[in-house]
Amino acid sequence: MITSFILKALDRNIVIVVALLLAIAALVPALNLLTSPDHPLHVPTYIVSLFGKYFTYALLALALDLVWGFCGILSLGHAAFFALGGYAMGMYLMRQIGARGSYGNPLLPDFMVFLNWKELPWFWYGFDMFWFAALMAVLVPGLLAFVFGWFAFRSRVNGVYLSIITQAMTFALLLAFFRNDMGFGGNNGLTDFKDIMGYSIQSNGTRSALFAASAIALALSLIIASGIVRSKYGKILVGVRDAESRTRFLGYRVEHMKLFAFTVSAMMAGVAGALYVPQVGIINPGEFDPANSIEVVIWTAVGGRGTLIGPIVGAILVNGGKSIFTAAFPEFWLFALGGLFVLVTLFLPKGIVGTARHFIERRKEYRKAKADEAARAFAAEPQAAE
Amino acid sequence: MHARLIHRFLQCLLVAFCLVVTLFATDLRAADDLRAMINALGGGSFQESQKQVEALAKTGDPKIVPALEALSEGDLYQRKADGTVFIVKPAGSNFKLTDALTGDAAGEEAKAALEKVKVNNGLRRVIRAALGGLTLMSPDAGVRLQAASTILRTPSADALEGLDAALAAETDGTVKAVLEKALAASVLVSDRPVDEKKAAIATVVQTGGRDSLSLLSGALLSADESLRPDIEVGIKKIEDQLALWAAGQNIWYGLSLGSVLLLAAIGLAITFGVMGIINMAHGEMVMLGAYTTFVVQQIIRDSYPALFDWSLAIALPLAFLVTGAVGLVMERGIIRFLYGRPLETLLATWGVSLILQQAVRSIFGPTNQEVGNPSWMSGAFDLGGLTITWNRMWIIVFSLAVFGFLLFLLKKTPMGLQMRAVTQNRRMASSMGIRTPWVDALTFALGSGIAGIAGVALSQIDNVSPNLGQGYIIDSFMVVVFGGVGNLWGTLVGAFTLGILNKVLEPYAGAVLGKILVLVLIILFIQKRPRGLFALKGRAVEA
Repeated sequence: MITSFILKALDRNIVIVVALLLAIAALVPALNLLTSPDHPLHVPTYIVSLFGKYFTYALLALALDLVWGFCGILSLGHAAFFALGGYAMGMYLMRQIGARGSYGNPLLPDFMVFLNWKELPWFWYGFDMFWFAALMAVLVPGLLAFVFGWFAFRSRVNGVYLSIITQAMTFALLLAFFRNDMGFGGNNGLTDFKDIMGYSIQSNGTRSALFAASAIALALSLIIASGIVRSKYGKILVGVRDAESRTRFLGYRVEHMKLFAFTVSAMMAGVAGALYVPQVGIINPGEFDPANSIEVVIWTAVGGRGTLIGPIVGAILVNGGKSIFTAAFPEFWLFALGGLFVLVTLFLPKGIVGTARHFIERRKEYRKAKADEAARAFAAEPQAAE
Repeated sequence: MHARLIHRFLQCLLVAFCLVVTLFATDLRAADDLRAMINALGGGSFQESQKQVEALAKTGDPKIVPALEALSEGDLYQRKADGTVFIVKPAGSNFKLTDALTGDAAGEEAKAALEKVKVNNGLRRVIRAALGGLTLMSPDAGVRLQAASTILRTPSADALEGLDAALAAETDGTVKAVLEKALAASVLVSDRPVDEKKAAIATVVQTGGRDSLSLLSGALLSADESLRPDIEVGIKKIEDQLALWAAGQNIWYGLSLGSVLLLAAIGLAITFGVMGIINMAHGEMVMLGAYTTFVVQQIIRDSYPALFDWSLAIALPLAFLVTGAVGLVMERGIIRFLYGRPLETLLATWGVSLILQQAVRSIFGPTNQEVGNPSWMSGAFDLGGLTITWNRMWIIVFSLAVFGFLLFLLKKTPMGLQMRAVTQNRRMASSMGIRTPWVDALTFALGSGIAGIAGVALSQIDNVSPNLGQGYIIDSFMVVVFGGVGNLWGTLVGAFTLGILNKVLEPYAGAVLGKILVLVLIILFIQKRPRGLFALKGRAVEA
């Protein structure tokens, strides 16, 4: 069953992208580590980190696309799942600092010493083990999404209302994590990480490994998402997106479908967050900002929602643009981003990949029609596509 | 006979002369005594000074008031040459001298020639009590009232005699009431008999307030066994009273927050509630309104300072026009292509909000701009135990006025009729000859304009910065969704409910946790009633 799931998942486009990602995961670290800095093919470390970050963004966008593009749930709270995954990883990295913090306390992170806390809060237990933190990075966002979705979908909160309450959810979490008494470092968040699984977080090797891990995680998630979308279940999801009431009347439990997609998506976002934090070296409540969630939506929209490759392309393009823009014309980045929102929704509703695919299909059909025309002696009107 | 007559006459003259001389001498001696006593203030230890001040107070002569006041301020100096004490004011390197009793100018003197009469807090307290006693007898009722209030705030056993005397002589009702309270407070700290104290406790409890509470708590420590129950009951009573006022104050804050929420949300109630457009740029409309106020005030400050009190009245229509125009352009340029696709509308308007924010940041800079309060909006007044600031008061009034205006517009004007017709059944309205695109554009412009007006009001209580709008957008959506889409009354009830709920939770949960709780409650509430408090019913809902 699993093999058939995977075989179904791997259509030609997905295979190409997965292969590409795996190649990048192997090649870029190799070029970074094995070549000397003045070699023409050398990839500088900052590029490795930068693209490692982009891949986690791409994973987040892919997660959003799974619910928005295929199930019609526009979540404006995906940054919350991302940040929760990030906090889980951040807590592990915090515990790894041990006695090397500025207060030298072997058990308590610096900010707890600063707040005069005497012992570790219960929810920090276990985060000194990597496997536990990694598990939590997936489970906590998944659990939140499950509980939230269970309430929301069961009472048929949908469309815009759902968007607004997901936004309220991330806003509430933002406020909560800003509080010092929450035990997550308050305003400053978690930072000053030293090492991960015994390797220094600053070293080139670790950065390359994290980059490769991000690329592989993205490839795996792509296969999973593709498998879901191409299964029978995926077809029902699209049915829910396009005609929710009709799907329900056909006898499907729409709320269960949605809940599953939402939870899987949140878990993916958690993984993305967990990979993001060691690469940027900090996690703070700012990641919960509702504006971040909306930015994820635009990545997905630019690339093309309802396609699996689109969000990856969109996330990398928009963030690449952001890096270039904010360095060159910091004043204009928000103009550009705002303009992107408006232009994409008005003129490119299917996104880059969606439009390209549409264009290719039209050409294909056009050619086919032409061939048919040539084959037949009779002149037949070519059928207009769609 | 003649000689006797002359003798008598001379005798009378003599007596009269003696009388005059004696009278004169007494008066002189009295003045001399006062002067001597004042001069004696200088040079001695604090204890001696204290005795002198008490002696001075005993004379009951109002002439000593300026000297005592100067002493407590540290403006009383003694001339080293002859030991005379003067009230001084610094004048360059010299001191300008004023006679301590008569208040006449007495020339200047080098600083080195004078020595300060030292004063400490213990002495100041004695002076205050003495002055209180003196001013209690002042012919001016205002001065007496102030003196009585001073004693009420800082009661002392020393003031009792003065208070008794003053109370006996007092005719003014208001002053008398305060005097009685002050007397009760002073009795409580004195060593008067228990019965008198019991009566005093009753009076103090009746006065209420935080000062009485601390007075009673203080008295509890040193009180007689027989008095304790009375005091404890009194403390309980005052605490209950204070708790009641505190609850009242919280509700007032809640109303105030509710009015802010109402202002922020009411434009959204039109664009989102009535038209169904998710306008994420709504907060930026509020921000533009606030910046319009800033620009208007800036122009007024530069050119017509006299008009400053009118600045808000001038800014109001301008803000409406500016934001209404922006809204019109948005609707015609972007939103009308996206009708029926609410999620896309959300994204496009979010883009517009980013552009507007950055535009304002580029033009005015990222920092907070200063928007002043006109004189009629600054200050506060007391209502019982509540302190009510004028700007909050006016904002509540204003938000209700805007609400009323909007309700009138929607229900009683042809334009409102057309708006409702278009939102209820677009095709039918169109068939009836209503230009639906035009009505859409106007409705959206109206909603945006109302947001701009809200910005004028909010500029009075919030920081005017490019981020102003972002703080309101989530709250506004919460209010509209909570209240029920498409229903102005729902927005009103929603805003005030959330405002009061927030402020009532705040003392128990803290500001941030209170807000989180409210958000969680709203999320749970939407699960229960997905269409809000006042849900629309009928076919329009599913459309």
